[in-house]
Amino acid sequence: MNRLATARYGGMLALAAVVAVLPLFLPNSFYYDMAILVGLNAIVCIGLNLLIGYAGQISLGHGGFFALGAYASAILTSAYGWPPAGALLAGAAGTGLLAFAVARPIMKLSGHYLAMGTLGLGIIISIVLTQEVDLTGGPDGMPVYGFSVFGWEPSGALTWYWIVGGLLLLTAWLALNIVESPVGRALRAVHGSEPAARTAGIDVVHYKALIFVVSAVLASIAGSVFVHYIGFITPSEAGFVHSIELVTMVVLGGMASIFGAIVGAAILTTLPQLLTFLHDYEMLVFGAILMGVMIFMPKGLVPAIRAWIGSRAR
Amino acid sequence: MQFLFAGITVGATYALVGVGFSIIYNASQVINFAQGEFVMLGGMTTWFLFERAGIPVALAIPLAVMGTAAVGMALEKFAIEPARDASVVTLIIITIGASIFLRGGAQLLWGRNFHSVPGLSGNEPIDIAGAAVSPQSLWILGVTVLVILALNWFFSRTMTGRAMRAVAFNLLAAQLAGVNNRRVLLLAFALAAALGATAGALIAPLSLAYPEVGIMLGLKGFCAAILGGLGFPYGAIAGGLILGISENMTAGYISSAYKDAVAFVIILLALFFMPHGLFGRRGADRV
Amino acid sequence: MSLLTVQSLTKAFGGVTAIDDLTLSIRPGAIHSIIGPNGAGKTTLFNLVTGIYAPDQGAVALDGRDITGAAAHGMAALGLSRTFQNLQIFFNMTALENVLVGMHRHCDHRFLPAMLRLPWIARRDREMADKAADLMRFVGLADYVDADADSLPYGALKRLEIARALAAEPRLLLLDEPAAGLNPAETAEIDDLIQKIGETGVTVVLVEHDMKLVMGVSEHILVIEHGRLLAEGTGAEIRHNPDVVAAYLGEEGRGL
Repeated sequence: MNRLATARYGGMLALAAVVAVLPLFLPNSFYYDMAILVGLNAIVCIGLNLLIGYAGQISLGHGGFFALGAYASAILTSAYGWPPAGALLAGAAGTGLLAFAVARPIMKLSGHYLAMGTLGLGIIISIVLTQEVDLTGGPDGMPVYGFSVFGWEPSGALTWYWIVGGLLLLTAWLALNIVESPVGRALRAVHGSEPAARTAGIDVVHYKALIFVVSAVLASIAGSVFVHYIGFITPSEAGFVHSIELVTMVVLGGMASIFGAIVGAAILTTLPQLLTFLHDYEMLVFGAILMGVMIFMPKGLVPAIRAWIGSRAR
Repeated sequence: MQFLFAGITVGATYALVGVGFSIIYNASQVINFAQGEFVMLGGMTTWFLFERAGIPVALAIPLAVMGTAAVGMALEKFAIEPARDASVVTLIIITIGASIFLRGGAQLLWGRNFHSVPGLSGNEPIDIAGAAVSPQSLWILGVTVLVILALNWFFSRTMTGRAMRAVAFNLLAAQLAGVNNRRVLLLAFALAAALGATAGALIAPLSLAYPEVGIMLGLKGFCAAILGGLGFPYGAIAGGLILGISENMTAGYISSAYKDAVAFVIILLALFFMPHGLFGRRGADRV
Repeated sequence: MSLLTVQSLTKAFGGVTAIDDLTLSIRPGAIHSIIGPNGAGKTTLFNLVTGIYAPDQGAVALDGRDITGAAAHGMAALGLSRTFQNLQIFFNMTALENVLVGMHRHCDHRFLPAMLRLPWIARRDREMADKAADLMRFVGLADYVDADADSLPYGALKRLEIARALAAEPRLLLLDEPAAGLNPAETAEIDDLIQKIGETGVTVVLVEHDMKLVMGVSEHILVIEHGRLLAEGTGAEIRHNPDVVAAYLGEEGRGL
């Protein structure tokens, strides 16, 4: 138990320190933009990591949930004049309900079927968002105006940075709480052995559905914040490619590791930028890096680094 | 009628891709997300051999299929084999990385443009029962039937084929009986790649060849495999045909905008009501 | 007054009838063993009782209450716990956490309090951790209290699973081949452990092949063959039952 406690406090402190100090190192708004995107992806990935790394399930459609939150915020604020906070909550609630409706039937089956079901859901969402031009602006997307909470409007990249940074810290703290509680153990038990978990009194289907919904809601919230920051949204956020990117961030950074999710998000959000100088070789190198990391560090980066540090300490 | 034929044609393509998924799944429990890229490589290589190397289409296709099978084996040898003991999710990510890698490679070598490939017997449509059918469609159907017969013979009559079925059924027992699992896996990837490439090479005249063509085809082939029951090649064939026909019927009679969504809606419904697919057997957890 | 009653239970898988019109009863406070040839249906019986399979016909009752086909995750609350023939240890956790999971029904496992880390969550976790450590010591795993589950040797893992099952504070404990794969010294330790558990008042039913263990520890033995109850009684009665000898024990059984 003590090991976990140090990980939590040490890790949270480190994260808070990084978030607080990073602005000193960011020369211009492009880098702030990167940092904010990393933060938003990290929020989604923390939720996804709870699903994939801790509960051992998989979702290939989380881009869909992200986009639903984004579009809910976009449409409710622009077309119907809702306050942004209300739209965000409505989006989260709607996404949560959808996730619940889809998850409960599929959670009774084994992993691959969930993968397929979530994949299908994500793609259906993306197609609907693309086709319903009147509502969503179709494939060209739609703009979003104005974000104000009780009359206060964020101005400039730095303010958004603090907003996203704060949300990230909050999400990480909540997730760590879950992981270190009986709920977290129940999730890991589900991953470890479903029959044994049932024998211990754990309602496996309930927990799988629960964490699926939680991760979907997190993605939706991140999507809502994203759309107010960027000011624009397109259906590609719901697409298969985005969903796969999110899963890759989680697996790359480290399964069953909150901080791994953050690291994975950071790397995969920034890596394509770093690789642009390769021009035509970009995709090739990206794919090669992905394969290489997974082959040599199958549990992801953070667990591999931890193991390496652990073996040096002995 | 027109839509029925179009549906059967594209359905046969999904079927071939789906069988490829099933074969690899049977040998390794892995969902190969690079399967769509095998389809793409089949089409693109055929185009390249025909257009740049001047090889006649009828010869380019088998060469493309063999070449892609080699790529499939390389993928197994260098990306899957080293990560044999990793979790299923990790392996899925590796195949995703492979699919990105292959797409990147194709873009690099051949550019991003759409390329056209001539059909095996010209492009003039034939009139069958009032529908204008492209001769390529008939080729696709014919080849698919041949492939099915060949696979059937392979799996039931040859030692290697039976070995693969044994591995799918019970890995440990198969190994104890002397089956080399690594060879089986290698062969599984080669077969799946060949099937995908065949589909890709044949459909290229109808759908054009370009680096991104594999994504949707791969996904829908995956749907076909699940619909038929993951791990049952014959199921994948039925699944593919059902998907192809439903898609085109929907496009023709309901709305062409949602054509792509049909496959995924069907899959969701299937998962809700018929989770083991059309032919899958209900298994019980052995504890 | 029977603790567990199985009435005309039948279960078939495809063409194979694993359990065939089986009726038996387990009285409380004793140590029972179920023996029989491989494929006789012993583990299937456990799976039927604990809700992992639903029977085709028949009924299962715990303490007079019908639990036929009830969901597996409800069994712990009813006082029923089990171990598995093929180890189902959570290798993604520490040994202590494995036992903690066994205590699931005794802890607050609601989502919101957990997420907000309301004050009693941490406090209860510490209390439960102490109890879990005690349980590990009870089953003889004092050396492994701080270890990761995947670092334990096989014999220790068998006992860890028992500790996890005990953590639920069951009235009826089902042990599926607790001595499988253990050497004679380890088996003797399991023998002692089972007796210790019996002395705490828990009713134990074990499925076993190791005849020495069975004869040494059981007050009541049931013999199952082809999914039916062939015979039951004390060790002495079973050893000399001609049907049992013919079906299972063989001539050497007489000498046990």
